[in-house]
Amino acid sequence: MIQPTDSFEEIDSAVVRFAGDSGDGMQTVGERFTDSSAFAGNDIATLPDFPAEIRAPAGTLAGVSGFQLQFGNRKILTPGDAPDALVAMNPAALKANINDLPEGGMLVVNIDSFKSMNLKKAGYESNPLEEEDFRKKYHLVELDLTGLTKEALKESPLKPSEKVRCKNFFALGFMYYVYGRPLEPTLAFFGQKWGKKLPELALANSQVLQAGFNLGDTMETARNRYQISKAPVQAGVYRKISGNEALVYGLVAASKLSKRELLYSGYPITPASPILEGLSHLKKFGVKCVQAEDEIAAMGVALGASFAGNLTVTATSGPGMCLKSEFIGLASITELPLIICNVQRGGPSTGLPTKTEQSDLLQALYSRHGDCPLPILAAHSPSDCFDVAVEAARIAITYMTPVILLSDLYVANGAEPWRVPNVADLPAIENSFASPDEEYVIYRRNEETLARSQAIPGQVGLEHRIGGLEKGEDGGVSYDPENHEEMSHLRAQKIDGISKSFDPTSINGDSEGDLLVIGWGGTYGAISSAVKNLRDEGFSISSIHLRHLNPLPDDLCGIMSRFKKVIVPELNHGQLNLIIRAKYLVDVISYGKLQGKPFKVSELREKFIEHLS
Amino acid sequence: MNQTITDDSSLTKKDFVTPNDVRWCPGCGDYAILNAVQRTLPELGIPKEQFVVVSGIGCSSRFPYYMNTYGFHTIHGRAPTVATGVKVANPDLSVWMITGDGDGLSIGANHLLHLLRRNLDINVLLFNNRIYGLTKGQYSPTSEVGKKTKSTPLGSVDHPINPLLFALGSEATFVARTTDTDMKHMVETFKTAQSHKGTSFIEVFQNCVIFNNKTFDSVTSRDAKQDQVLVLEEGMPLIFGANKDKGIRLNGLDPEIVTLGDGIGQDDLLVHKPRSPNSAYANILAQMTYPTFPTPVGVLRQLDGRETYEDALIQQISHAKIDKTENLQELLIGQNSWVVED
Repeated sequence: MIQPTDSFEEIDSAVVRFAGDSGDGMQTVGERFTDSSAFAGNDIATLPDFPAEIRAPAGTLAGVSGFQLQFGNRKILTPGDAPDALVAMNPAALKANINDLPEGGMLVVNIDSFKSMNLKKAGYESNPLEEEDFRKKYHLVELDLTGLTKEALKESPLKPSEKVRCKNFFALGFMYYVYGRPLEPTLAFFGQKWGKKLPELALANSQVLQAGFNLGDTMETARNRYQISKAPVQAGVYRKISGNEALVYGLVAASKLSKRELLYSGYPITPASPILEGLSHLKKFGVKCVQAEDEIAAMGVALGASFAGNLTVTATSGPGMCLKSEFIGLASITELPLIICNVQRGGPSTGLPTKTEQSDLLQALYSRHGDCPLPILAAHSPSDCFDVAVEAARIAITYMTPVILLSDLYVANGAEPWRVPNVADLPAIENSFASPDEEYVIYRRNEETLARSQAIPGQVGLEHRIGGLEKGEDGGVSYDPENHEEMSHLRAQKIDGISKSFDPTSINGDSEGDLLVIGWGGTYGAISSAVKNLRDEGFSISSIHLRHLNPLPDDLCGIMSRFKKVIVPELNHGQLNLIIRAKYLVDVISYGKLQGKPFKVSELREKFIEHLS
Repeated sequence: MNQTITDDSSLTKKDFVTPNDVRWCPGCGDYAILNAVQRTLPELGIPKEQFVVVSGIGCSSRFPYYMNTYGFHTIHGRAPTVATGVKVANPDLSVWMITGDGDGLSIGANHLLHLLRRNLDINVLLFNNRIYGLTKGQYSPTSEVGKKTKSTPLGSVDHPINPLLFALGSEATFVARTTDTDMKHMVETFKTAQSHKGTSFIEVFQNCVIFNNKTFDSVTSRDAKQDQVLVLEEGMPLIFGANKDKGIRLNGLDPEIVTLGDGIGQDDLLVHKPRSPNSAYANILAQMTYPTFPTPVGVLRQLDGRETYEDALIQQISHAKIDKTENLQELLIGQNSWVVED
């Protein structure tokens, strides 16, 4: 028998995955573990992974919901390739996840659920926990979570079925012990969520969490505890933020910075709905939130409100973008400011609605009829969504154009610590409203930006008509062939010129070398980590991550020319690869992945080494 | 309406005319409707810059280009969504939406339904000519069964939609019908619509001289007017006919035509009550059509008191602002932040 120990093993980072039925509260415990780790001063990245069905039949593989996070004492850019510790609440969760757990990894299982019915539902012919090889392969911790939870709550007034539902927090408490996490943020969460309405539930969850933690302390199993010290970060105020939250806050900030009221209109769709929900809670900021009857209407409401002078936004995912296309063309020809967010998911059609993908880039570029170029921006991490939202608004208003903002499910649902910016430091966004003192010529353009000025309904003497028919400079309908060509050129030139406002592209690594990796969107963390690791090992590799997909940065061509090879990893069949080839005639190596999952650092590393040798 | 009502009566029809050439076919009913709207707006006491005309696609939807107001010619069927955006962004504006039977009841019927049920304070003029004009003569959702057109050489097999029933089914708070041949009635109807707070739906019988000429002759021809049309006036019994001797009586749930005299007096007739909370009466009217019945024109339903979408939305915002002051910095920091010292 080995004595319980309080000694900690100091490690740099760890990856923990919680897996269970979609009703088991795995997302909740994952988020709590994230909060606790943020509170402990670690850097974090998370990967929630849940099924499309709200409650698939209990105990089946289809219903398994997971949450993985990586936390560490250094910059953490990804949720980790493989877990160091896996918590499996039932046989299905074990079956769906065990292949990812390396040999020797910690495996915490709820043995109470390993009964013949559940084993059968998960497709096990026999109980794997009884197999000698299996038991040797992992650091197995068998807990009767149901029994232990009931025992911890024997004094509680809750019904037996309610007591059992607290068992996820027993597992969480146990993992808090293993990784030396503070309990305070979670106890505070219970108080905030249930303290007033269901105080007995808040108390029960607190007791169960504490009991799980205490069990670690008293268990007679050989056991290590790990300690991960604080990550060195810039001084400031920090919070945990998800991509969709950051997008919501960025839009509210942009509304303040541009002194335009914010109108958001959307239609529920995974994974963009949290933007609609988030903004509908911010009425005190004057946010007008319209849940429209469909995706087309959401776009139309936003366009109408843009005409009337609001900062307007609609968000959706790929299928919704298809429906909005005709309206985006109207927004382009009428040159009205508008932000269209596409939180990408696996397609085509309903595809993989709860899994990530980057396969809507070509759609963003080319899905409209007619020659209709638009600015496109992509967010590369959860907190980056804030900055991208503000920049999208700046471009939309400065250049009087609809802007497409690409996020993806991985970025939208993932979370990381965010150094909160000082609002007073954010630069104002200047509007180009028409002056009532001057003659208003609708399509007369600013010489520098080529943007037209905007007159708002209600302004005296500036009455005018806009619409889908091609217009001359004076706003009159024009079928003149030369005019159409001229206006098409001007619209394109205006969009191309936006690149003049970009900062120089930042290069991760040397500005010349053997291999340049070009990424965009949510692959940032995995690419940057893989490139940094290889550089530390002495390889001549650098990476750039594109925020602007249209127009592309002016310095891109020059940067590519200083490398022997260029590789573009993306979660699609090679869409950015196609653009770069077409535009710059560079023989890009394309590396695509279409599994609904983010890149692993290890698979990128392998691919890069292949092209470095 | 929320608009600032001014005593400024200096506006005239001319102020609402654009220098653009009007490009409808000679003899098109749209000219008369344009004329009626241009006559109506100066009489409303609303400053010119407060008017916004929004349309979809079709012959009728060229309307904004001919109105010297703010205007937005949008895409097919989607005018209700853009009009909604304009109104929500600035509820003080007087928003007029122009659509047709194809634009509003085929490709855009879904949006029209939601506009009507939300009850935004917008005036909707649906020009019904029972044909696709701008695409040169295909049958529309209001074309009658058996209608022979370019796309239905053997006659249409579609059962037509009744625009008034559609509006009533969507629980529109104001439903009216007028005709392109009766200038006075159009202007009166548009004025009443503007005075109604909520979405006002007006079906305008409009003649397409090229592809569906005389489709509403049973209502609009000079001889028809007396015996085939029922002009609705609030508080008045439903009487029609050249000699004012016919009326509509209710027999159970069914309307029937009766002749006055022989023991039947005005007291036996239905009295026009457009403000009745129950829509059953308006539905009876909406289903009356020539030749079985005279075709009703006028305001079928005018239900006061239902809150508009934009008022409810603005009220929630005002209320939220009273409870909490906005502080963006606090919002960004949230409730679970931590400080990292130097």
